[in-house]
Amino acid sequence: MMARHLAQRVGQALLVLAATFTLAFLLLQALPGDAVLIKFLELGLTPDQLAEIRLAYGADAPLWRQYLHTAGGFLTGNFGTSIRAGVPVAQLLAENLPATLLLAALAFAAASLLALLLAGLATLGGQSWLRGLVRSVPSLFVAVPVFWLGIMLIQLFSFQLGWISIISPEPWEELALPVATIAVPISAPLAQVLIRNIDAVLAEPFVAVARAKGASHAWVLRWHVARNALLPTLTMAGVLFGELLGGAVVTEAVFGLNGLGGLTQQAVANQDVAVLQAIVVVSAAAFVLINLAVDLLYPVLDPRLARGRRAA
Amino acid sequence: MSGAALPLRAGLPRLRPGLWLACAVLALVFAWAVAPSLFTARSPVEGIPGAQLLPPSWAHPLGTDGLGRDQLARVVYGARESLAGAFVAVAVGLLLGTGLGVLAGARGGWVDAAVMRLVDTLLAIPALLLSLSIIILLGFGSIKAAVAVGIVAVAQFARLSRAEVLRVRASDYVEAAFGSGGRFAAVLWRHVLPNSLTSVLALAALQFGSAILALSTLGFLGYGAPPPTPEWGLLIAEGRDFLARAWWLTASPGLVVVLVVLSAERIGRGIGGPSP
Repeated sequence: MMARHLAQRVGQALLVLAATFTLAFLLLQALPGDAVLIKFLELGLTPDQLAEIRLAYGADAPLWRQYLHTAGGFLTGNFGTSIRAGVPVAQLLAENLPATLLLAALAFAAASLLALLLAGLATLGGQSWLRGLVRSVPSLFVAVPVFWLGIMLIQLFSFQLGWISIISPEPWEELALPVATIAVPISAPLAQVLIRNIDAVLAEPFVAVARAKGASHAWVLRWHVARNALLPTLTMAGVLFGELLGGAVVTEAVFGLNGLGGLTQQAVANQDVAVLQAIVVVSAAAFVLINLAVDLLYPVLDPRLARGRRAA
Repeated sequence: MSGAALPLRAGLPRLRPGLWLACAVLALVFAWAVAPSLFTARSPVEGIPGAQLLPPSWAHPLGTDGLGRDQLARVVYGARESLAGAFVAVAVGLLLGTGLGVLAGARGGWVDAAVMRLVDTLLAIPALLLSLSIIILLGFGSIKAAVAVGIVAVAQFARLSRAEVLRVRASDYVEAAFGSGGRFAAVLWRHVLPNSLTSVLALAALQFGSAILALSTLGFLGYGAPPPTPEWGLLIAEGRDFLARAWWLTASPGLVVVLVVLSAERIGRGIGGPSP
């Protein structure tokens, strides 16, 4: 039963991955026609030279062979060659990924703290007007354009207050504002889900029973609310990952940081389809794997689900 | 402003002050888009020589930009660009998405499976990367950016409308309509569509706000309308160059975007439907 569920879930993930690759191939490689031609036509090469370059990039092959070739490459970690930079895409990814991952990880940690703080204030905060006010904060956070927030933070902390130097920033100074910029919109959906979950758990009969038995507020929070409210946020991991990545792309553009964002921007500006294709497929693969891991881990972390499945 | 709306009241429009304010904000911005000349006498594209980077004043309530153009006029005329883009985006998402969703929900079987895997695929690609992929395919420009943003929304509309079709189909009156000899398409048109409309409309309002946000991002990155078109994202990008001397150039269009997105979200929640 469990093994069948596992196989089914893994198969589904693989199917979505294959479909994502196909979609990216269609959008970026098949439909635009001859990206190589467009790129090199501007350089004024002779037809002979063009034919040679097309042969080198494999752009002369029929579409199905290109598809198989590209798919085979992706499976073996060869993401093609950047037309713009003339180096393997895998190398570009390896160079730019660490900076973006660091930025995204720090931003995620900051967003989690912010979301916990908001959810705590909104559900357990002292005054009811304060709780009401805090509850409207996530909606505001979602409505703020990421790039604008970044610029406003620069304006406030660098130009007005002078706390963060722009000319020769320390490493922490360079990351502080970008991390805050990404964290604010990411914290909003997390806080919303946490608030909803805590509300739901506090209304559960078992909380009333625990209180009736004389459990302290802290005990209820620790043993009932924390577990039941935190666990469901796991299911958002995949979506949050996508948001983090998108946020990082825009934020790197605002702050002029090197990373996946800068790479993406250059790829779009230069019609460097191989680079964008690799970024799209790799990030979709990460999304699918995160969701798969969450799906498989969830019954382990929430014994009620595992029991339910066994009983069914 | 409680996050968890009472399910009993979810269907009724709750006319609270916040909702009225949201409607007023959107009405004002729509008026800007339809008749910008009523709100400003100045040109959004032609600058006044010698009047560069003026701070806000009576003559120029939001100051002037680096070319001496009135910022208020740029923001007011920018509503046309941003709202038109958001409308195109929502229309693309709504038509394609509900089309796919209704097809999947109504047909079932392999059609359903295929459509839902397509939806999974669209959802697997981070929204910004998906719209950039479509932009690389279509090229730069305001309509193209709007289509790209709309395609990103297809998955959500498809999911919602499929769920709605399945929900309504399971109800007794649809059973009865089929039982009394109703044809498939007729039942879909007369019973399923009207009953799914509220939640689809609510999603459309929410997506309208998201589209404004996404379009301003693409405009900021330079993939939308080319300068000197007044587009809110582009205005922010242009104002960034004068951040140290004229912060109001970036602050004003950004605040307008925040207000419009907040209002759209508030109205979406007011219509009732999927909670945010």
